[in-house]
Amino acid sequence: MTPETKTKIRTVLVDDEQLARQVLREFISAHADLEIAAECSNGFEAVKAVAEQKPDLLFLDVQMPKLDGFEVLELIGNQTAVVFVTAYDNYAIKAFEVHAVDYLLKPFSAERFNAALTRAKQRLSGGAPQKSPAAADLAASARPPAQYLDRVAVREGSQVSIIPVSKLDYAEAQDDYVALASAGKKHLKQQTISNLEASLDPTRFLRVHRSYIVNLERVSKVEPYGKDTHVAVLSSGVQIPVSRAGYARLKSFLDR
Amino acid sequence: MHPIFINLRRLALYLVVWFFFGLLLAYLLTVSHDISIRDALVLALPLCLFYAFICLSSWYSCRGNSPEKYSLARLLSTHITTGFFASIIWSFAAAGLAHGLSKTAAFHGLSDRFRPEIPLVFGTGLLLYLLSIAFYYIVISVEASRDAEARVMKASVLARDAELKALKAQVNPHFLFNSLNSISALTSSDPAKAREMCILLGDFLRRTLGLGEKAAIPLEEELSLIRAFLAVEKVRFGDRIQMEENIDKEALSVPVPPLLLQPLVENAVVHGIANLVEGGYIRLAIHSQNGTVSINVENSFDPDAPPKRRSGVGLVNVRQRLQTRYGNLASFAVKAEGDCFRVALTLPAKIEVQTA
Repeated sequence: MTPETKTKIRTVLVDDEQLARQVLREFISAHADLEIAAECSNGFEAVKAVAEQKPDLLFLDVQMPKLDGFEVLELIGNQTAVVFVTAYDNYAIKAFEVHAVDYLLKPFSAERFNAALTRAKQRLSGGAPQKSPAAADLAASARPPAQYLDRVAVREGSQVSIIPVSKLDYAEAQDDYVALASAGKKHLKQQTISNLEASLDPTRFLRVHRSYIVNLERVSKVEPYGKDTHVAVLSSGVQIPVSRAGYARLKSFLDR
Repeated sequence: MHPIFINLRRLALYLVVWFFFGLLLAYLLTVSHDISIRDALVLALPLCLFYAFICLSSWYSCRGNSPEKYSLARLLSTHITTGFFASIIWSFAAAGLAHGLSKTAAFHGLSDRFRPEIPLVFGTGLLLYLLSIAFYYIVISVEASRDAEARVMKASVLARDAELKALKAQVNPHFLFNSLNSISALTSSDPAKAREMCILLGDFLRRTLGLGEKAAIPLEEELSLIRAFLAVEKVRFGDRIQMEENIDKEALSVPVPPLLLQPLVENAVVHGIANLVEGGYIRLAIHSQNGTVSINVENSFDPDAPPKRRSGVGLVNVRQRLQTRYGNLASFAVKAEGDCFRVALTLPAKIEVQTA
């Protein structure tokens, strides 16, 4: 690797349409300091490419097969600057204005592309990782109001798994992560439990403890456990601690 | 609600008509024999008042025996039988009244003088009953046609409403922006292809223009609209779109509401093909049989696709338009089986869509 290539900004292009990637490639080719590390045509490839190539800059389409742009964003952490590229999406545009480095609306001009690139470079030369809010926040604000997640995407290395929320038994907070328990397995995801709670349907999932959210369909019984506290026994036999406030919530839900 | 009791005016008019029937009956009673005008009136008027109320019941009999459901013979036998019984009741009432009156000094012997007239009274009763039956059938058919008119009005308002919404949503901004982006890509790499794409897009847009004013277009026209749409999308998606058509020739001239099928094909692209890395198929099958056209749009889709932000609007719209246009004569069903998504609809082939 020559010293010259090291200074280049490594980019990954993600779009399922070949012609859409072609525009980006053409505009990028006008910049000697840019390098295309990978081109991806779906969300899985994008997550894999980011994990393996560790690019500086990602041009990311929103509507794609497998994982959409927001799900990709949630999974790649915030070491990579992201410029969204999309045709039209009211909610998404609102979210980009608040959180993303920039967004390009198709079709876009070379000038507009260069402006986005300039902003991205400023962000990158700022050195430290973006102090932008967690990717999950962006994804949450890009969701239309009153629409809850029906699946959660998690990444282990460059491997992505999709957990339908109906298969999610419970979630447990672990420092900066949540462990999602589904079908006897646990998946770690970088997200706060409050954030996860906010994106789940409150009629199906309940925060029973500071560190736990349960799928109400899985709760088979609630038993007292020591003074003031209870445990929820799930159909799988797993016991989940229930705090006093959590018990009140659970009770009011079960009474309803 | 009984049509006579809807308001007092109707009831009054009804009684006036029966008053004249009463006069007529009184006249008939005086013609042949020795019943005086006064006696005849005293007998006939209360009888007709009584019979007026008996004949009100024939309304229910008419409603329960609609001419569409039963044969003429069956209707005649039903009504003549009931009329026979109604008339017997009224003849007995007449005899009873005459008998009662003859007990008073003023009408002495009326009962005897009236007896020979009973067959006449019976015949008149039967006729009047059948007359009232005929009258109610007319009332019912007038009401039905008025109802139908109101329904058609309402349906056409709803249809136009749905149409407008469909058309507004028609040139989907996603479709337009993505197509323009493809053109933007092609201008430098393949200018000829870029020009072709401009022409295809122009062709499609031109075909959608003015469709709002038309209540119906031949199915063939809708199909060429779909083909123009897919030609544009094929530039974007390349080999990812596999289109298969299986269309009966006889169905081509059937009138359909404009943009009925195009949204289904667009859905197949947006929710099916666009989510498949390797692409997939869209199968359009149209068959015409026994005056019904059945249309199937099938496409492959990824059951684990990312959740869509805008979904089902196109389908709801199509269902609504079918409903308002054709009512129960059309059907609409959506089914997802494995990785195949199917929309099946049927509509009448002959019925000319109501022109706006």
